[in-house]
Amino acid sequence: MAEVLERVTKIIVDRLGVDESQVKLEASFKDDLGADSLDVVELVMELEDEFDMEISDEDAETIATVGDAVNYINSKK
Amino acid sequence: MSLEGKTALVTGASRGIGREIAIELARQGANVAVNFAGSEAKANEVVDEIKALGRDAFAIQCNVSDSGEVTEMVKATIDHFGSLDVLINNAGITKDNLLMRMKEDEWDDVININLKGVFLVTKAVTRQMMKQRKGRIINIASIVGVSGNPGQANYVAAKAGVIGLTKTTAKELASRNITVNAIAPGFITTDMTDKLPEDVRAEMLKQIPLARLGEPKDIAKAAAFLATDDAAYITGQTIHIDGGMVM
Repeated sequence: MAEVLERVTKIIVDRLGVDESQVKLEASFKDDLGADSLDVVELVMELEDEFDMEISDEDAETIATVGDAVNYINSKK
Repeated sequence: MSLEGKTALVTGASRGIGREIAIELARQGANVAVNFAGSEAKANEVVDEIKALGRDAFAIQCNVSDSGEVTEMVKATIDHFGSLDVLINNAGITKDNLLMRMKEDEWDDVININLKGVFLVTKAVTRQMMKQRKGRIINIASIVGVSGNPGQANYVAAKAGVIGLTKTTAKELASRNITVNAIAPGFITTDMTDKLPEDVRAEMLKQIPLARLGEPKDIAKAAAFLATDDAAYITGQTIHIDGGMVM
């Protein structure tokens, strides 16, 4: 769990240029981290690469917060 | 050369305008994936011509209206070249009929290949281009998508759709340094226009200020330019290449 969060956090910090302290589990990509729709699509693409998994469009639409991403990845591992 | 080291995928590249674009991109330095639907022998001829220019090329069969096949084609292209810089959405068919006589499958077939196909291939390449933070997408529309044309309700609707799709895709992807433009050819000498009866051709010529049909190379040169770095500030546009028919 911790390791997944760490890797997800790094991707978010790199991609969105936010401070690590802002990347909380309940943080919404769009509302709290300043991502636009395309940023979220790109984040999902990077998560797919980082964790070597495919995230379907339907599943991707359910990922709105940092916690959603971490839980999704953990559930598929 | 202006496209040195770039890689391109051209749909419907075995004949006509697509063939000419594939060869022109190679002439300017690009390696090219030559997509075809049915005419494998013709596609292989294009591949041979490109290889004779000292560039890499391979033929790949795909029905662009089938999302599974499209995904495979794009994957094979990226696997082969390691990148994908230029997409030319050129594949297209006609099934002309008066609206009153047009069958539902004539409508569906043309919309599926000419419009849905552009959507599917564009969607499939976007991931790679977003990662690269660079890309060029050039959609071959048609001047009749701007002007309308009796007997081509399906084709015109699809091509007008492509022009709208071009504008939206351009807006969505601009922030990722991907440009998307359409070319609207007028009457170009290809297998598609060779099928027209002589009196229709004569009538067409009267509407063309430059008083001649276009050649595939008239389209290919513009497509190749839009693919270069020099065209970086052009996006969302529809370039009419029609001898001045529609202004």
